[in-house]
Amino acid sequence: MTEYWQEISALTMRWVRRLSREKFSMLFTLVQPMLFWLIFFGNLFQRAADTQVTQAPNYISFLAAGVVVMTVLNNGLAGGVDLLFDKENGFLERLMSAPIRRSSVILSRFIFVMTITSLQVLVILGVAFLFGVEPATGLLGVAVILLIGMMFGVGLTAISMAMAFSVKSHGDFFSVLGFLSLPMIFLSSALVPLAAMPGWMSFLARFNPMTWAIDAVRPLILSGWSDALPHVAMVIPVMLVFDAVCLYGGAKAFRRAMG
Amino acid sequence: MERAVAIEVNRLSKAYGAHQAVSDLSFHVYAGEIFGLLGPNGAGKSTTLRTLITLLHPTSGTASIFGHDTVREADTVRRLIGYVPQERAIDRFLTGREHLQLLGALYHLTKEEAAGRINELLKLVDLEAHADRPAKTYSGGMKRKLDIACGLLPDPKILFLDEPTLGLDVQSRLRIWEYVRMLKARGMTVVMTTNYLDEADQLCDRLAIIDGGRIKALGSPTELKVALGGDIVSLTIKEMDRIPGLEAALANQPAIKTVRATGNGLDIRVESPEKALPVILETANRLGCGIEFIDYHRPRLDDVFIAHTGRRITDTAETPVE
Repeated sequence: MTEYWQEISALTMRWVRRLSREKFSMLFTLVQPMLFWLIFFGNLFQRAADTQVTQAPNYISFLAAGVVVMTVLNNGLAGGVDLLFDKENGFLERLMSAPIRRSSVILSRFIFVMTITSLQVLVILGVAFLFGVEPATGLLGVAVILLIGMMFGVGLTAISMAMAFSVKSHGDFFSVLGFLSLPMIFLSSALVPLAAMPGWMSFLARFNPMTWAIDAVRPLILSGWSDALPHVAMVIPVMLVFDAVCLYGGAKAFRRAMG
Repeated sequence: MERAVAIEVNRLSKAYGAHQAVSDLSFHVYAGEIFGLLGPNGAGKSTTLRTLITLLHPTSGTASIFGHDTVREADTVRRLIGYVPQERAIDRFLTGREHLQLLGALYHLTKEEAAGRINELLKLVDLEAHADRPAKTYSGGMKRKLDIACGLLPDPKILFLDEPTLGLDVQSRLRIWEYVRMLKARGMTVVMTTNYLDEADQLCDRLAIIDGGRIKALGSPTELKVALGGDIVSLTIKEMDRIPGLEAALANQPAIKTVRATGNGLDIRVESPEKALPVILETANRLGCGIEFIDYHRPRLDDVFIAHTGRRITDTAETPVE
């Protein structure tokens, strides 16, 4: 057990080191979602968005939940990228020829991605706070938001790692990534509530796990526990199923690539 | 004399879908020797190596390291081996020392154990001065040295090197050869793949020539050369159209073992040059073949390779200039 922990912590520290050496990349990763989506998009659509439709005091407070979950989405989907590069330059083989548990590499990646994502979510909520968005459910609500984010993130990271292990080239990986990310966002309640969408879009959005996550996070920020609890009670089993499916697929891809 | 066997490969095959990468390989490696897998790119060398280091499961057959099966006892095998991959398996953001520290943790060394060993290895491969710089500032040769230090960190019983000098300049190559010889002198078993004939010839105690996923020949470089039998006379002939005629005329002469047409002449394996040379010259003269150039040499490893695979290793891989 101590050996297992030694492996996982050394591998996790490697990801932290890499990130800290790429200062620019770190800055842009951290700042991009709040700058681009929350500040620009949120303020830009302030008057275009109808508060009757969004059911929120202003657009930025409506959007906050969307940006939180979008950040989870993007971090999760990109979670396998470093393993992809490790696979391509042979570093992964070096790790795998060492007497380590096969799961250490994967677990270190989950720990790293979840930690970074949680920090980012906190920063986003902080920036939103500066624009007057105060989470209605307080600190406990923030904790629940982080929990939902992590549950969604685990599945996404598993998908990303499965892709990293399965694709032939990193070109393929990034094409699929680009193809997945934006439709996932548009076909969810991130930017517009389902009720305001064209029928076919809201129909599709209902099957998007992202919608479920946002619909639980949003009342935690906007309205309060009585509104939020039914959604939270729904999203947890949904995420458990989502994670189970993604982890199963990920484990299969991993075994195929490593066997 | 009974020699200890380090690696035992028994009827090993590996297929990827319909593609048979390696077919029915059997060989063993003795403890303390440098064993080479020689062959052109795509011959199955790397597949064989990766099976031995537990990264691939064979489709059929078995491989064992000091008696431990590479599939069933993978973890035990991993504790006995070190691996230097073919690609520059370097994290450009980590320093040389951080690479070794990471591996130290993965081999479950304590911090103190690791620190001591890391300093020793950095000295060995001459990287002390650069140990705390990110690897992206390293030259190709330095990365290779770090690779080797990483492979040695677990203090393995067997070190596996995949194309250790691919793409290196002459000086770095000689340096790597020196390390490998030194490791052997310390009693380590070394298994390496290469597509450089001179490397196999100079470095390996024994080698297996692999082509199309099969072993074509196996033995020490000297044994392989002697087994060819006879020396080689190479002719360069002016009249290209008369080469087939001369080939046919020489084929049945008593002093001559085999005749093989090359691009601009003939390679003739002869029993004894004293008897064969007059015959060759006389026949060429009789057929009106002007000999532009004549070369006589003891069999070299490339002659061995051609004899067993029917082609030059350079047909698919390039050899560096010496």
